[in-house]
Amino acid sequence: MSPQLEIQLIAVIVAVACSIPGVFLVLRKMAMMTDAITHTILLGIVVVFFIVEDLNSPFLIIGATLVGVLTVYLVEILNKTDLVAEDSAIGIVFPLLFSIAIIIISKYAGSVHLDTDSVLLGELAFAPFDRLIINGLDIGAKSIYSMGIILIINALFVGFFFKELKIATFDSGLAAALGFAPTLIHYGLMTSVSITAVGAFQAVGSILVIAFMVGPPITAYLLTDDLKNMLFISSGVGALNAILGYQFAALVDVSIAGSMALATGLTFTLVFVFAPERGIVTVLRRRKLQTVDFAAKSLLFHILNHEGDENEWLENGVDTIYNHLNWKRDFLDDIVAKLKREKIIVEKENILKLTEEGRKYTISSYEDIVSSFKI
Amino acid sequence: MEALKIFFSDYTIQIVSMGSALLGIVSGVIGSFAVLRKQSLLGDVISHAALPGIALAFLLVQIKDTNILLIGALIAGLLATGAVRVIDKYSRIKFDSALGLVLSVFFGGGLVLLTYIQKIPNANQAGLDKFIFGQASTLLKKDVYTVLIVGAIIIFMVLLFWKELKIVSFDPEFSDSLGISSKKVSFIISGLIVASIIIGLQTVGVILMSAMLVAPGVAARQWTDKLSIMVLLASVFGAISGLVGTIISSSIQSMPTGPSIVIVVSVIVLISISFAPNRGLVWRQIREMDSAKQINEDKVLKSLYELAINHKDPYHSHPISVIKPIKTKGGKKTKQLESILLALKKDGYVEVEGGNNWFITRDGLDYINNHPILKEE
Amino acid sequence: MEENYIIEVEDMTVAYQVKPVLWDVDLRVPKGILMAIVGPNGAGKSTLIKAMLDLIKPISGSVLFNGETYEKQRKNIGYVPQRGSVDWDFPTTVLDVVMMGRYGHIGWLKRTSKEDKELAMEAITKVGMEEFAKRQISQLSGGQQQRVFLARALVQDAEIYFMDEPFQGVDAKTERAVIEILKDLRSRGKTVVVVHHDLQTVPEYFDWVTLLNTQVIESGPIETVFTEENLKKTYRSTGKVLRSE
Repeated sequence: MSPQLEIQLIAVIVAVACSIPGVFLVLRKMAMMTDAITHTILLGIVVVFFIVEDLNSPFLIIGATLVGVLTVYLVEILNKTDLVAEDSAIGIVFPLLFSIAIIIISKYAGSVHLDTDSVLLGELAFAPFDRLIINGLDIGAKSIYSMGIILIINALFVGFFFKELKIATFDSGLAAALGFAPTLIHYGLMTSVSITAVGAFQAVGSILVIAFMVGPPITAYLLTDDLKNMLFISSGVGALNAILGYQFAALVDVSIAGSMALATGLTFTLVFVFAPERGIVTVLRRRKLQTVDFAAKSLLFHILNHEGDENEWLENGVDTIYNHLNWKRDFLDDIVAKLKREKIIVEKENILKLTEEGRKYTISSYEDIVSSFKI
Repeated sequence: MEALKIFFSDYTIQIVSMGSALLGIVSGVIGSFAVLRKQSLLGDVISHAALPGIALAFLLVQIKDTNILLIGALIAGLLATGAVRVIDKYSRIKFDSALGLVLSVFFGGGLVLLTYIQKIPNANQAGLDKFIFGQASTLLKKDVYTVLIVGAIIIFMVLLFWKELKIVSFDPEFSDSLGISSKKVSFIISGLIVASIIIGLQTVGVILMSAMLVAPGVAARQWTDKLSIMVLLASVFGAISGLVGTIISSSIQSMPTGPSIVIVVSVIVLISISFAPNRGLVWRQIREMDSAKQINEDKVLKSLYELAINHKDPYHSHPISVIKPIKTKGGKKTKQLESILLALKKDGYVEVEGGNNWFITRDGLDYINNHPILKEE
Repeated sequence: MEENYIIEVEDMTVAYQVKPVLWDVDLRVPKGILMAIVGPNGAGKSTLIKAMLDLIKPISGSVLFNGETYEKQRKNIGYVPQRGSVDWDFPTTVLDVVMMGRYGHIGWLKRTSKEDKELAMEAITKVGMEEFAKRQISQLSGGQQQRVFLARALVQDAEIYFMDEPFQGVDAKTERAVIEILKDLRSRGKTVVVVHHDLQTVPEYFDWVTLLNTQVIESGPIETVFTEENLKKTYRSTGKVLRSE
């Protein structure tokens, strides 16, 4: 497999692995916890490294994951004191842990290569060069397998505990009442987030982990009302972002991780604006239609009310009606034109009148509205 | 002390600690509002979002002029804040998710630009990424002046708009109803936050700026319920952190400045949370134990009272086994009864006679009879 | 006098700082009745339910359901809380939410079955929300949301139900639905305890009443307990316990 293909494969695996727990993080309003965790796992790596002195030890992953979970725990006890809001707690805990990590590095790692830059920023470009060799057989980049395993773990976790995660996220009070220990589920999820962050940041860096854990899920959130679909769409979007990002980076020769983050932003923005139900365009259009619809109906009621009156010529007069409705002239003209087009009203002797169809429509609209008031 | 000696002799350290202290003051002041508005992590986002701003500014002017780069960062920060607001307001996506997205996308964009710049044969771009991690020890006198001037402007603005900041932070809807546009004031607050982050970027760097914006305010909050005092205290805590952090880092070998400052401010938070009068955890624990004790004592006294009024002789003593025990949630008796009786005896509300027989005293009867809840109808 | 009580509360005392919210509350609820808990604001009504359901830690006191602790009887107890605590933007339908009520019966790891779905639809129909079954919950009105929670509690098929102000601020349609449900539950031998705010409707909707103002003033059948004199006592004042020096 060519390095280019491998990079994209790794990226796709990372994206999907991240988006799965990411969906629940987003729904639990814990998006910024990913920011915290991706920074504090550095501390875990540093501490374990100085004990085992081996950059390739599996204990590094374990230590980092534990510190990730510890971060969540510390934030929570700080929050539980009722003295510190959750976002403030995050803003205090992770800089502290991160600072400790940097101090340890500065004091003791002067000579060892623990480049802060690459630790945080990662570089996918190098991933294919770290290969997994078993019995002398090169079966591919290590990252494919390590992230692949993490992806499977996440998928299994969410698959088996889907309803538990659902209820614990939606209504933790009920979950507790039914015996589902929401705390357990919570820490299970955060462990999954931690492991994923640890596994991923080596290849793609902390920032892209955040992008993949938050971006695709919120993109999916705008496209569906079903939790299951949200998971699938999120994975799909994540994979798309990974590939698009890579293509751009290869074309222009810039940071791969950065490009993928940009792609995440791009797909999100497109969905944010154009999503069929919740996109801005749709929402604005719907709002405008409602305004027009309501205005048209008001106009029709007004005409109906003054039908056959003595001063109908004044109330419903083509040139005078706008005095009685207090609208902008242009707006009124547009509505009148629209209603004429739809053959609901006609102009007779300078007065606006309802057609037969128009009257039926007006009366039934009126009844619809009034009946919805009834208790 | 050794450290103080260093401080008074070393010019660089003076500069750095001045700059850090000033930064602490500024971030403490404006950070208080961020904390109160639950926008603590906005600083983190702005710090990360600054990167593309810096990179773009450099791309446009091709020289590494700090002030121009900072302006680029400022614009990027404002854009990021705006993006977060738009996402939060116009969709069902929550504020924290919006923060996460904007942070990572902007920063990613910054990375792309950075790698693009690094390909350009321009020697000036070296060290551009040092902006990200901050090098407090390279703070120059003119940088301190920048912090001073911008910081003074920020504080001046806070004082000028104090009334508006206060009401919008507390109740934006009410503020709108009074004709004070919460939108405009929010924009001002965001702008001030962005400005303070930007001047702080060089001192403690991106990641650590979060703490400086959040921690002093959180710590200050524990000591007072008045906004003005809180902001003042926050600025003091910020200043102390900057000063002490710098001194500590300069007196210990290979101790980076930024992280030292963060450690100091975190300690201040810890102390505040534990020991601040009223809110402090230590006092809270003491109060809770105290109130549980009082309530249990009242109950035991009441039961002795009932034994007294149902007996011909109110001062007749009863064996301890007859007194209504304190039970746990599962219905089991606890062992507390005797210690409670002893405490009541110390207060003069009960007396013991012959072994373990207890009776209520005159004072005890009075206590119950004057008690709004315990007295009999 | 009934010997067999399905709920027994003894000595329940809950305090925030030095202020007691519940003081020495004793309560015995017989099986199969509809009981209202009434009292002035701040009297501790919601607190009493929450303390019984392990949601708040009391300073002292015990609760037994069917003679056992709450832990052991969890599955037999249904709780309809006040509306606020849920994320209404969650991507889930009415049917989904009601099915969550079945999770207690299903247990860890296992999936929901067709039978669960049918039971859920039954409950949804009972509260008059059939046409909304597939609707996303954020699109519902306040009263409709309340009815969804009611259906969720029903589907738990518990023996004892606790409801916290189910009639608070709902439209007439929802109110009728709730009353029907209550009567249905009673006819099936369930015991229902309801925190209720509207004194006028107490005699009409309920069999028993507990008058609560930090302490239990009186508890028992409506005919004997719901008297002018008792109500005066309950609503007279909200005295707080302070250790007088």
